[in-house]
Amino acid sequence: MESIIQIDQLTKRFPVGAGEFTALKDIRLEFQKGEFTGFVGPSGSGKTTLLNIIGSLDTPTEGEVTVLGQSIAHLTHKQSAKLRNQHLGFIFQTYNLFPVYTVYENVEFALLLQHMPAAERHKAVLDALEWVGLTDKIKSRPDQLSGGEGQRVAIARAMVKRPAIMLADEPTANLDSKNSHHILQTMVRLNQELKTTFLFATHDEKVMGYLRRIISLEDGRVVKDEALAPQGQAGA
Amino acid sequence: MLAIKLAFKNILGAGFRTILNISVLSFAFVVIIFYNGVLEGWNQQARRDTIEWEIGQGQLWHPDYDPLDFFSYQDAHAPLPEAVQAEVAAGQLTPILLTQASAFPQGRMQGVILKGIDPKQPILKIPTALLADQDGQTPALIGKRMAHAIKAKEGDQLLVRWRDKNGTFDALEVTISGIFDSNVPTIDAGQIWLPLERLQQMLSMPGEATYLVAREGFVPANAAPWVFKGQDFLLADLDTIIQSKKGASGIMYGLLLIIALLAIFDTQVLSIFRRQKEIGTYIALGMTRWQVVGIFTVEGATYSILAILLGALYGTPLLWYLAKVGWAMPSASQDMGISIAEKIYPVFGFGLILGTILLVVLSATVVSFLPARKIAKINPTDALKGKIQ
Repeated sequence: MESIIQIDQLTKRFPVGAGEFTALKDIRLEFQKGEFTGFVGPSGSGKTTLLNIIGSLDTPTEGEVTVLGQSIAHLTHKQSAKLRNQHLGFIFQTYNLFPVYTVYENVEFALLLQHMPAAERHKAVLDALEWVGLTDKIKSRPDQLSGGEGQRVAIARAMVKRPAIMLADEPTANLDSKNSHHILQTMVRLNQELKTTFLFATHDEKVMGYLRRIISLEDGRVVKDEALAPQGQAGA
Repeated sequence: MLAIKLAFKNILGAGFRTILNISVLSFAFVVIIFYNGVLEGWNQQARRDTIEWEIGQGQLWHPDYDPLDFFSYQDAHAPLPEAVQAEVAAGQLTPILLTQASAFPQGRMQGVILKGIDPKQPILKIPTALLADQDGQTPALIGKRMAHAIKAKEGDQLLVRWRDKNGTFDALEVTISGIFDSNVPTIDAGQIWLPLERLQQMLSMPGEATYLVAREGFVPANAAPWVFKGQDFLLADLDTIIQSKKGASGIMYGLLLIIALLAIFDTQVLSIFRRQKEIGTYIALGMTRWQVVGIFTVEGATYSILAILLGALYGTPLLWYLAKVGWAMPSASQDMGISIAEKIYPVFGFGLILGTILLVVLSATVVSFLPARKIAKINPTDALKGKIQ
């Protein structure tokens, strides 16, 4: 197996008033390519903070986080933007689609940043939308989509550039059970067919059913790290 | 290109706020062009009229002559040097003699300047042909302002009194042979034009002049001690007046522009606050912070592009119509002592339009950039949570 993320003695503190709040404390983890892993734990346990640091949206206070061979703490703004643009995909709880763009344009956006030629870009966008089953909605705007459709567009936008790692922060929190399973099954397909590594921050039982590794966090510390046979996939 | 594309989509998606910003800015754009066009039209008209009616291609002054010092008139006269006489004979110069005098309209006494000019001169637009001999009477030309001031009309007799070269008082009744209508008050108010030879005779100054007006193509040669004054010198006062008017109107349309720019600034501040998640998402998808600053800055600049297009849409026919029919000046403007026509025809030059476009685009870009700079310091995780205050 190929190790693509290494976290060594990671600590993250945030200033709060005159003092500091420790969001993550002495985290040591390693992730292999193709993992389907979730950080679980109650609110404030540090799930999203850990995901943000891996996604180079934030930096460690102490310790070392290496993603695809690049040390997050030592990246410039430009280098971290390049890392995100070329190798990382983000899926958010509230989808974060651009409201004035169509479904097609939302998905196309990441490729525009890569300066991909138009014909190649067009094909990639249609492929991505076909993956998530939304080719009939390419001209719709986000406000014309259901919650499930919106999140599928967000997945298409994240996967259109074929990232090595997908970071999903509570991707099913705003979805009903049926849509949640649909979304998760799409992610599993992506993981299996494209070998994309998935890291989730979640406390949704439905998501946990699909995970092959669960890392439990509590007060910023890893309290459990277990590999398991995912029930959701088996049942899907 | 990406920033421009995104900017267009975002501001078109902003709906009513965009319409409001664009409308106000386009109004400022049209008003700036209109005011400057009027001033440019006035400038061109005033320069043209002053050249045609008063200064020609320049003037050759007696060394003691100072048009702003009436006391200089008494000594500012001399026979013309031979070289100058040749130019006069060739029609390249026309001599003018002037003196202080008093007129007595309706029994009142009023200080005037008597100006002698050759009735056959072809250089100035003053209708001097009306000063041709009239059966032993002394013909006099006055302008409409003077006619209004002394309540005189064509054919009226007017008593004038003057002192000749030797200081002797003399008086004479002149006949108003014509009243001319000129936009140049400095050849009109308080002035009576007489035939040059007649005035020379009245003043006992045969062959003398105070200054000479040059025709187009005149090449100033050494005529010392007479001094040649070119158009730049003679139009300097007019230029100063117009520049001061431009400055004053600049304050007005500057305020208008500031209001329009404040609207854009306000929209940008609000936009950055409301679109925090969008900003965070841009960064998460791989944009650098400065690329996001670029999007927001270009958005503000795009308002100005759309405002210019909108302004062109309604401003072009409106300004074209005004340039065609002119803009009537209030009647009081005729007595302001500066060259101003009853109607000014605005001139909208390429430079004016291009300059205004640049002003609007640059100022809109700057006021968009100022609040957008904040994005460069944004923590993307805070932006994604909508936590920025």
